[in-house]
Amino acid sequence: MQKWNRDQMAERVARDIPEGAYVNLGIGLPTRVANFLPCDREIILHTENGLLGMGPAPDKDNEDPDLINAGKHPVTALPGAAFFHHADSFAMMRGGHLDFCVLGAFQVSVTGDIANWHTGAPGAIPAVGGAMDLAVGARRTFVMMEHLTKNGESKIVTTCTYPLTGIGCVSRIYTDLAIIDITPAGLRLVDMVKGMSVVELMRLSGVAISSAL
Amino acid sequence: MIDKRRNGVTDALADLHDGATILIGGFGVAGMPANLIDGVIKNGARDLTIVSNNAGQGEAGLALLLKHRRVRKIICSFPRQSDSHVFDGLYRSGEIELEVVPQGNLAERIRAAGAGIGGFFTPTGYGTLLAEGKETREIASKHYVLEFPIYADFALIRASRGDRWGNLVYRKTARNFGPVMATAAKITIAEVESVVELGSIDPEAVVTPGIYVDRLVEIQPVR
Repeated sequence: MQKWNRDQMAERVARDIPEGAYVNLGIGLPTRVANFLPCDREIILHTENGLLGMGPAPDKDNEDPDLINAGKHPVTALPGAAFFHHADSFAMMRGGHLDFCVLGAFQVSVTGDIANWHTGAPGAIPAVGGAMDLAVGARRTFVMMEHLTKNGESKIVTTCTYPLTGIGCVSRIYTDLAIIDITPAGLRLVDMVKGMSVVELMRLSGVAISSAL
Repeated sequence: MIDKRRNGVTDALADLHDGATILIGGFGVAGMPANLIDGVIKNGARDLTIVSNNAGQGEAGLALLLKHRRVRKIICSFPRQSDSHVFDGLYRSGEIELEVVPQGNLAERIRAAGAGIGGFFTPTGYGTLLAEGKETREIASKHYVLEFPIYADFALIRASRGDRWGNLVYRKTARNFGPVMATAAKITIAEVESVVELGSIDPEAVVTPGIYVDRLVEIQPVR
């Protein structure tokens, strides 16, 4: 069994984003999805610090400190781009105008709760940024994360043990082992790595996953 | 004749007082009114409440204001950064109060203050630590949290161009919190890269109408 690497995970997410979609890619692993969006589709990227039509990073000579993404890295604005202020930016998110948001996570529950902003560890300084707004804002929220922690514990859980970012908002999980939909009837397997069985995936995950594969 | 221009930041900040609540624009360094923040440091006012997306970086600007122990409380969405060690130290030693607000709620609470809204129900944060103790309501089978406006004494923002009436345009993603913060304070002060002739900003392109801006300071562009 060969796990999907980070680029393969990003490619899988990119494949599921249709022509014409408005998409916010969260900081970290989700940012990588941008590298795999098919050239033959027009997909408009939103960054919550006030830009629709975000393009790739510029070369070093063309960096502009006034043109950055939510991770505060230099980006470009594509033809057709629009700038707007923060209240508008989050209104378009909260108001259900964004089609997809892709987020990283510490944990996702079987009912679509997400924990991704705070470890809750004593002494950890809480910093939420746009995480809670993003989690509940888009029409569909995808999560990209490794399936297991470094200690081999499942990050898909019955109930999140980390502090929650949002409740019941995740609709699909992309991991390095599988793609899983969260439905009212429970988790449903969409795809998994070659050589993996549903029984093995459920054993690793510690939760029930139905499969029609 | 209306002329909101001031000769330098010291003049513009002359009535800043102890205990003031100050909105500070910017997302990281984009749109951060660095000259006005330096002016606050020089001014000497203390016991301040700062509302800004971040809590300062390195040892300059907002971080320096914090380091001088001039800030009692900070309301922000993301205090922790790779080089936010000044804030981190003060927070860990209990020398600064922190209110963490989800970024969209922060923007909307400021917007509400400027728009005369007494409070609003938002889905963001429902069921999380950041909504603990807050009033909630179910509306059309969705859950919401009641959030209140953030009013301020001063708003310090940065824009690209402004005229003597205070009409402003911004540059790219440096716009961020500027337009909402401008609406929410008793006194709004903008630092601008250039003051232009009245009428030279296309009225169709004005982002912040001058009604929201009280003072304007032209600063030397960094670039």
